Amino acid sequence: MQNEWPLWEVFIRGQHGLSHRHVGSLHAADAEAAIRNARDVYTRRNEGVSIWVVEASAIAASSPDEKGPLYEPSNDKVYRHPTFYDIPDDAGAM
Amino acid sequence: MYAQMIKSTGQNVKSPEEMDPQERAFQERVDAGEKIEPKDWMPEGYRRTLIRQIGQHAHSEIVGQLPEGNWITRAPTLERKAILLAKVQDEAGHGLYLYCAAETLGVSRDHLTRDLLSGKMKYSSIFNYPTLTWADMGAVGWLVDGAAIMNQVPLQRTSYGPYARAMVRICKEESFHQRQGFDIMMKMANGTEAQRKMAQDALNRFWYPSLMMFGPSDENSVHSAQNMAWKIKMNTNDELRQKFVDQTAPQAAFLGLTIPDEHLKWNEARGHYDFSEPDWDEFFDVLKGNGPCSADRMEARNRAWDEGAWVREGLLAHAEKKKARKVAAE
Repeated sequence: MQNEWPLWEVFIRGQHGLSHRHVGSLHAADAEAAIRNARDVYTRRNEGVSIWVVEASAIAASSPDEKGPLYEPSNDKVYRHPTFYDIPDDAGAM
Repeated sequence: MYAQMIKSTGQNVKSPEEMDPQERAFQERVDAGEKIEPKDWMPEGYRRTLIRQIGQHAHSEIVGQLPEGNWITRAPTLERKAILLAKVQDEAGHGLYLYCAAETLGVSRDHLTRDLLSGKMKYSSIFNYPTLTWADMGAVGWLVDGAAIMNQVPLQRTSYGPYARAMVRICKEESFHQRQGFDIMMKMANGTEAQRKMAQDALNRFWYPSLMMFGPSDENSVHSAQNMAWKIKMNTNDELRQKFVDQTAPQAAFLGLTIPDEHLKWNEARGHYDFSEPDWDEFFDVLKGNGPCSADRMEARNRAWDEGAWVREGLLAHAEKKKARKVAAE
């Protein structure tokens, strides 16, 4: 039991032109097998037109503890949102 | 349910004053309906209880393939056979989604499998009953999957993100299971006299084991209270059982079949059906491993694991060899 197949994260692009989306993970000996397994596990009902698999150990992720400091710099830049600007109705549709 | 009698911390739910600041912040997030994600801080009891619950749920999906697999080679038509195959394949998929969710809590799938094979971890009591006739495929889909859906729909809102997301996928697929079961029951109930009897017999045998799936009343259980506070259990066992009976009784009437309970009766004042409790001694006995098929199920799972060892090892060896060749070529 020591020899567990590595864990792969699975990303699938649906039919409507959206980006690949994380759908879950699975175990497989190698990348080809991971894609085959992903087809069986995650696309039994035409959920996708493209599959990416990435070995879970290869993913670097931000830490939830850094949530504050990591995203805080964007909080004080309200001028990045269109609602920051007052445009008179007379100016017409914009 | 697919996860029954899940032990929690064994203590009363802590009041906010009794919690340390980290726990309190965690509980506030759960109360606010926020999802807890794998790397977030969580109480150790929450993590351990979830591993037990999700693991047992996953094992149930996997072992749950066996009673139905029993009929794949004997399905009455090619179409029924293809449908049953698709359903059993779905159960395997559901097991895998759930093992993945459990793995995000820091336990490996092989570890969970080992605990199933050694009997340390349980699976739902319902899968320890035999499937004797084709009508049982109907009864399993209609009643067993029906009962599972009762529990799984609210679990889509559970506090743990990966578990909730797995439940969303599972619920989408599960409604096909229940409908195909009811479809078989309709065919049998409206068929020849022998078929109708077979359908009635299947209902007779699966009714009480289906009610047991929800587990005994847990109104006074500290485990359930804690698990509900953590939103890893959304309803009491009695609530879900009542809901199941209320939904199923009219369906049985539609089929022209009789639920084997002389006390089953609509109670206008309560707005619910009254019904008889299943035999809880039988339930505990089955949980202990003394169900009619308990030994068979464990034997089948152990055999599958042992006989699959060369495939697992062979594919891994092949992958390593290929990797080594690629490195050498670069």
